[in-house]
Amino acid sequence: MEKLLDQFSLGLFFWQAVLFIALILLLRKFAWKPILDSVNNREEGIKNALESAEKAKLEMQNLQADNEKLLQEARLEREAMLKEARDIKAKMIEDAKGEAQSQASKIIEQAQTAIESEKKAAMTELKNHVATLSLEIAEKVVRKELSTQDSQEKLVESMLGEAKLN
Amino acid sequence: MRRKISVKTITLLLFLVSFVTFGQEEHGQAKSGTDKRSEIKEYIQHHLQDSYDFNLFSWTTDAGEEKHFGFPLPVILWDDGLKVFSSSKFHHGETVAEVDGNYYKNYHGKIYKTDAEGTINYDAEHHATNEKPLDFSITKNVTMILMVFAIMFFMFRRMAKSYQKNNGMPKGMGRFLEPIVIYVRDEIAIPNIGEEHYKRYMSYLLTVFFFVWIVNLFGLTPIGMNVTNNIAVTLCLALITYVITTFSGNKNYWKHIFWMPGVPVPMKIILAPIELLGTIIKPFSLMIRLYANITAGHIVLMSIIGMMFVFHNWVGSSLSFLLAFVLGILELLVAALQAYIFTVLSALYFGMAVEEHHDEAH
Repeated sequence: MEKLLDQFSLGLFFWQAVLFIALILLLRKFAWKPILDSVNNREEGIKNALESAEKAKLEMQNLQADNEKLLQEARLEREAMLKEARDIKAKMIEDAKGEAQSQASKIIEQAQTAIESEKKAAMTELKNHVATLSLEIAEKVVRKELSTQDSQEKLVESMLGEAKLN
Repeated sequence: MRRKISVKTITLLLFLVSFVTFGQEEHGQAKSGTDKRSEIKEYIQHHLQDSYDFNLFSWTTDAGEEKHFGFPLPVILWDDGLKVFSSSKFHHGETVAEVDGNYYKNYHGKIYKTDAEGTINYDAEHHATNEKPLDFSITKNVTMILMVFAIMFFMFRRMAKSYQKNNGMPKGMGRFLEPIVIYVRDEIAIPNIGEEHYKRYMSYLLTVFFFVWIVNLFGLTPIGMNVTNNIAVTLCLALITYVITTFSGNKNYWKHIFWMPGVPVPMKIILAPIELLGTIIKPFSLMIRLYANITAGHIVLMSIIGMMFVFHNWVGSSLSFLLAFVLGILELLVAALQAYIFTVLSALYFGMAVEEHHDEAH
């Protein structure tokens, strides 16, 4: 202890105190403050950058989710549209079929009526023709039968005989 | 990483050179073992002491004349007025320096006022009783402090500037120093002082950490004089810690010293002087720890190196060389460790001083 006290030098203490305090003050102004500020700024910057990156990532995720949703919607819509189109097509075919059917049956009907009327007309004509023909034949037959006087009288007689009966 | 290794390599190389220089000093003296032992002891004592000139190495010529290699430093005395003269006037303590009609003698590393013949009077315990003038000399230690001052200022100023130039990123030396600065902030200051107050103490903590570290490292180099093995230096550092702690103590801190909450009144009265003493013991332990660690390391290291010359055979000498080498590496660790411990404990004391009263129910 005595040696320790003996070794103590006021001059050294004085210089150490002066120089050390000066060093603290100088370094504080010229080194520590700028250094720590820079480090802090940088750390702050890194932190902010990380945060914004995280935010961007989240946003991206949201966007992606949105996209997915939109895509899903679009897909559904397409599905619906396709279904509708298919339905329409089926319906159109159905309609067309029906129409064609009715049209056809109508035409057939018309044709039938036309045929019927033609047939009737033809029949009538045929009948008329036959009547005329039969009349002509009858006339010819009658003329031939009644060409003689006898036969004429006979006929009248028979007719009269018939008439009497009535 | 590479830079770190190169720094260490350089330090180690310088350290190895110190063996060589030391070897030269002792070389060529064919003295008996006990003589050598006491000489080594004296040399160690001398080495640990401050000196008035920057002596790099000394040797004794064959003619028995002591030669010194180094340069003188200014001696500044206050003895009825400022007296400034070069330490070369002492001729390494051999002659009396005469300034303005006063005579001064460098006796065992202290300056005494003497008469023209340089007579030193002794008391019963063989202590010099001559008048000692107030001594503010730029001694070897002060020179080292100045050097470290300049190095630190240059280093950290450059580092700070590199941030501005390089868009907020350190460059060169700053790349190596920045992790240490951040380490001091994140591992020493913030955990001990707390997020809220730590900024106020950063300047002191960083300065004291790097100062002690660099000074310790210089102590391991051959040119270096270990500054931290002077009680005056460690006292100064501890005193600054004490002053900062005392001045930043808040109500809670003083309450815990003078009127410890949560204990019975008689205990409070007993605890108050103990706690008060504690505030002084804490920095005192800081002072002693740093001083003792560095001094002990140097004594052991130098003793082992000295053993080489005592053994004077290749087995013993190479063994002690190996031992000294290992111990030198250990001292490198101790240099950083002591800086770390000093800083951590200072931060801890500051933390105690600014701690807020947290739990009400104790």
